[in-house]
Amino acid sequence: MATIADRPAPSTTTGAKRPKPRRSKAGSLAERRPSFVVYGILIAFILGSAFPFYWSFLVASHDDGEFTSDAPLLPGGKFFVNAGRVLDTIPFWKALGNSILVSGTVTLSVVVLSTLAGFAFAKLRFKGRGPLMVFVVATLAVPTQLGVIPLYMAMAEYGWSGTLGAVIIPNLVTAFGVFWMRQYIADAVPDELIEAARMDGCSMIRTFWHVCLPAVRPAAAMLGIFTFMMSWNDFLWPLIVLNADNPTMQVALEKLQSGYYVDNSLVLAGTTMATVPILIVFLVLGRQIVAGIMQGAVKG
Amino acid sequence: MTTELTVTRGRGAEPRPPRRDDNDDIGPEKLGWRHRLTHLDVKFSPYLYIAPFFVLFALVGLFPLVYTAYVSLFDWELGADETPFVGIDNYTTLLADSQFWNAMVNTLSIFAISTIPQVIIAVLLAALLNTALRGRTGWRMGVLLPYVASLVALTIIFGDLFGVQYGTINDVLEAIGFGRIDWQADRWWSHIAIATMVNWRWTGYNALIVLAAMQAIPRDVYEAAWVDGASKVRQFISITLPMLRPTLIFVIVTSTIGGLQIFTEPLLFSPSAGTSGGATNQYQTVVLYMYESGFRSLNLGYASAMAWVLFLVIIVIAGINFLLTRRLASSGEA
Repeated sequence: MATIADRPAPSTTTGAKRPKPRRSKAGSLAERRPSFVVYGILIAFILGSAFPFYWSFLVASHDDGEFTSDAPLLPGGKFFVNAGRVLDTIPFWKALGNSILVSGTVTLSVVVLSTLAGFAFAKLRFKGRGPLMVFVVATLAVPTQLGVIPLYMAMAEYGWSGTLGAVIIPNLVTAFGVFWMRQYIADAVPDELIEAARMDGCSMIRTFWHVCLPAVRPAAAMLGIFTFMMSWNDFLWPLIVLNADNPTMQVALEKLQSGYYVDNSLVLAGTTMATVPILIVFLVLGRQIVAGIMQGAVKG
Repeated sequence: MTTELTVTRGRGAEPRPPRRDDNDDIGPEKLGWRHRLTHLDVKFSPYLYIAPFFVLFALVGLFPLVYTAYVSLFDWELGADETPFVGIDNYTTLLADSQFWNAMVNTLSIFAISTIPQVIIAVLLAALLNTALRGRTGWRMGVLLPYVASLVALTIIFGDLFGVQYGTINDVLEAIGFGRIDWQADRWWSHIAIATMVNWRWTGYNALIVLAAMQAIPRDVYEAAWVDGASKVRQFISITLPMLRPTLIFVIVTSTIGGLQIFTEPLLFSPSAGTSGGATNQYQTVVLYMYESGFRSLNLGYASAMAWVLFLVIIVIAGINFLLTRRLASSGEA
């Protein structure tokens, strides 16, 4: 980890824009087009990745009874009927709205607070900077999920259990976010620019706002995407602290499944409906998500 | 700002004396006040900016963990009026609790069969992605698809696929001549089913991390090996793998911390209500048992003791990984 972090991180976008393969022997070393076997394996892998999504939609578009004998392989026409039953069974729209509200608030807060802290750690000089940063990184390894019992007791004590605040507040800023932004700001914002702004009489916060923020937009956007997905998928804590009347999407899905008789077409219609928004986001932002993971890997 | 203005006014113009002299006339008091303010700004702003993280971590991260240790020393029932101090009773009960050990073995077992194949497949997949594919980004997005899916939704879908009677996986196994497998009642098969979900979700993600590390390996190293006549396989074993060590350890450490806290998959694997982790707890994990003790049996003291034991186990295993990292990373240096 350390050996890679010490090296200046190559921008991952260069991967896509690499010059065309040279004809020389040295060029043919790594740039030769792979054989159809490679494509075949990758296609098989991706089909395997996509299959559960297809299966979910397949079951959701048939009656539950149709799967007892020969399972159909093509989607049927019952999806909207099943989707309607989902809307009758769980407060789907409320759950969707809650999830958007929770993840949106958490994302905004994590991005702003992490960027602010990352700016301080990367560019400002203050006593204890080194040890405090080590502390931040060390907290990445602390399994805070194991502290849910006192957290629940505290939320119950203050009457916050069952409210969205109980899900939002513990996630307002993350160690990962601070670390991520620090790494990026250290490279992306030239010291001279900050000094120039200070010379012009900018206060710290104005320097942050006018010099640092514009330069870190790409990293902040990636942090936003990851935070949103992490928050959207959070399950243990929302399951503990929220109830069936005011759930997030994940909690509502769990309630859909936990009956005595399980109607698969109903349940998988619910999972399909919960998955489609995320898939749309992925199709739009997938390129950034891929770049973000690879960039984070090299830096971290 | 004023100095800027005079400069832009034109080259020929005689630069006016800087306005700063005028400011001095206002008096040393005001300047001192402003100066002091700037000084305070420089001195305290950094602490102000990093404060939110530390305050929040103290409140919702550190304090709950410490308080968990405190709660674990009491017979603390949710909603009870009295919570008598019992010392280490919860811990002695826990260490003699066969269900806890069962959960611990399940956790380690699922962790092992989800981490090892996952890392191997991720490295191979990264090697395939590291070739000169047409449309790279498309392939990368393709392998990442499972990562973005909602964990709850996917666990439910997999639970259906692994169904004993009507599940697709059993249908396929039967069609190609194998018998049907009881993915739910059989302890080890249920672990494999749950590990499959974990692997399905994380392999592509880890492959991208490994791929990034592969691309950071300088090309001239390969060119030198190629000149020396090393085959592709030889290059992979002698150059790629050693250079990937730090990244692999990173992947393993993060999947340790996550894998030992596995909860959603075993909770939702079998849809039958009332059971958590199977009828005979054959796939109940520690966090799931903790959840059941704390929030279904309402025995918060006991659940807290469990949380602390698991915390220590994670710290120990992560510590071993860390020492391993240092040794491997230093011996891997060329």
